[in-house]
Amino acid sequence: MSKLQAAVGERLEAFAKEIRITTLKELGHLGFGHLGGAMSIVEVLAVLYGEVMKIDPKNPQWEERDWLVLSKGHAGPALYATLALKGYFPREMLFTLNQGGTKLPSHADRNLTPGVDMTTGSLGQGFSTGLGVALGHRLDGKDNNVYIILGDGECQEGQIWEGVLYGGNAKLDNLIVFVDYNKQQLDGFIDQINPLGDLRAKWEEFGWHAQEVDGHDVGAIFTAIQAAKATKGKSSVIILDTIKGKGCHFAEGVKLNHHMRFTQEQIAEALERLEGGQQT
Amino acid sequence: MNLTLDNRAMKDVYIETLIKLAEEDQRIVVLDADLMHSNSTIRFMEAYPGRAINVGVQEANMIGTAAGLAATGKIPFSHTFSCFNTRRALDQIYMSVAYAKLNVKIVGTDPGITAAYNGGTHMPLEDIGVVRGIPTMTVIEPVDNVMMEALVKDIAYHPGPVYLRVNRKEPVQIYAPGTEFEIGKGKTLKEGKDLTLIASGIMVAESLKAASMLEEKGISGRVVNIFTIKPIDKELIVDSARETGAIVTCENHNVINGLGSAVAEVLAENSPVPLERVGVQDLFGEVGSVDYLQQRFAMTAEDIVAKAEKCLARK
Repeated sequence: MSKLQAAVGERLEAFAKEIRITTLKELGHLGFGHLGGAMSIVEVLAVLYGEVMKIDPKNPQWEERDWLVLSKGHAGPALYATLALKGYFPREMLFTLNQGGTKLPSHADRNLTPGVDMTTGSLGQGFSTGLGVALGHRLDGKDNNVYIILGDGECQEGQIWEGVLYGGNAKLDNLIVFVDYNKQQLDGFIDQINPLGDLRAKWEEFGWHAQEVDGHDVGAIFTAIQAAKATKGKSSVIILDTIKGKGCHFAEGVKLNHHMRFTQEQIAEALERLEGGQQT
Repeated sequence: MNLTLDNRAMKDVYIETLIKLAEEDQRIVVLDADLMHSNSTIRFMEAYPGRAINVGVQEANMIGTAAGLAATGKIPFSHTFSCFNTRRALDQIYMSVAYAKLNVKIVGTDPGITAAYNGGTHMPLEDIGVVRGIPTMTVIEPVDNVMMEALVKDIAYHPGPVYLRVNRKEPVQIYAPGTEFEIGKGKTLKEGKDLTLIASGIMVAESLKAASMLEEKGISGRVVNIFTIKPIDKELIVDSARETGAIVTCENHNVINGLGSAVAEVLAENSPVPLERVGVQDLFGEVGSVDYLQQRFAMTAEDIVAKAEKCLARK
């Protein structure tokens, strides 16, 4: 199983930090938004867009590209920051988030944003559309990979379990699903609302190759992706053990951090801490 | 009027036409949710095993998967009973398909009282209303096999989502072989000057019968078939209102949100004339034969005649 070279690991950690800072500036400009679930997927975005995915930012519709379906579409701002840093569109565009006429709506939209591969927002749906994209590529005999990011609260949707059953049986080698298991949903802690139980065992029972890794460790994420790719004849899921609001001192570990309002002072302090290399 | 039953089931004519089209176009794929034997999509699977997907009993996942396939350039036709392919998967049809601008063809079978022995739980009297409010959605109800054969190709290549409302069974033949159709354009089946019967689906045959009965009473009824419920043929409706001065709509659906509502909207905005609506009067479906249900919900030719006379009295 291939491990990440130290230099690459350092580059991806730096990229993750840059995504986190850029996302904070983007949301900070607006003063409110889905901060918690954007911060928790930063490392997986860094690994995917920084190392793993076959992409061409100058040609977002490139037929040979790998696809990302951000099924937890409310984390759009983190994806937009990543895409801007990769050069899909100018970074200044990030400050148009949620403004009338913007190309960057609260939830991801394939028809508006260069580099966004699927329209998502109503939870559960991106999973099925991602399965369809993977099936479509397999039908064409193409090797494009499809990555899907699910939320943990999203896993309470019935459609997810339709997809887990179908996707397990479809044995899609070109698909890797991530679950951002940050333990929190809009109304509070998942364990206090409708617990998911042993997620890994559930996916395995449905026929998936399932792994659990530290979702803030770029090396662990990279290694898990390589292990998933090396496994043939099974669809793969990687459960990311994450912290909602990760890296943002006023959001991390806070109970109601799904959608927040924040002051410029809070953002400034969070940026200072991140840029100064402090852990929250 | 000599109306005869076509001995070919519409579901078979539909799937045979689609199989032919798929021979020349690899992009066409079929999805079904455990009704492949009911919908005859099993025949597509036999013809092209790699391009037919039976997801099992999962309508939401089927529509989403179809949307993903469409994103890779496929032309997916997704099938299940009308009730499940509209109200059950509505949010998926709305967001994953229409809002995302993905080209999925949604085929709902057993519309309205043709669900017959499956009863009220399976009897969609609201399906047109459910999908009609979604922007970009085209809603089509083929009336016979001639029309079905003619329209399948146009539907496949029509840009954007289409809801196709399909009576699976043997239809009354309305059109002569070779008749041409255009999505969005209705057809005048019989001229008349006193009022116009605007009908869709199985109610077209009833309307033609009703028009003959009206002739015997000295009333000249025009019969128009609106097979594209959305976008609706405003011009034909407005011309009929201006030329005949009274309209009766005839549909196999709740009169709320279906053809009757769509026609009422056109009339109110363009040419208000007396309107009566034949169809299910905001009731749930029930179990029984189609003949029984037609009587039960006042959807027979006699019921159309009664509404026509009531409408004429308001002129």
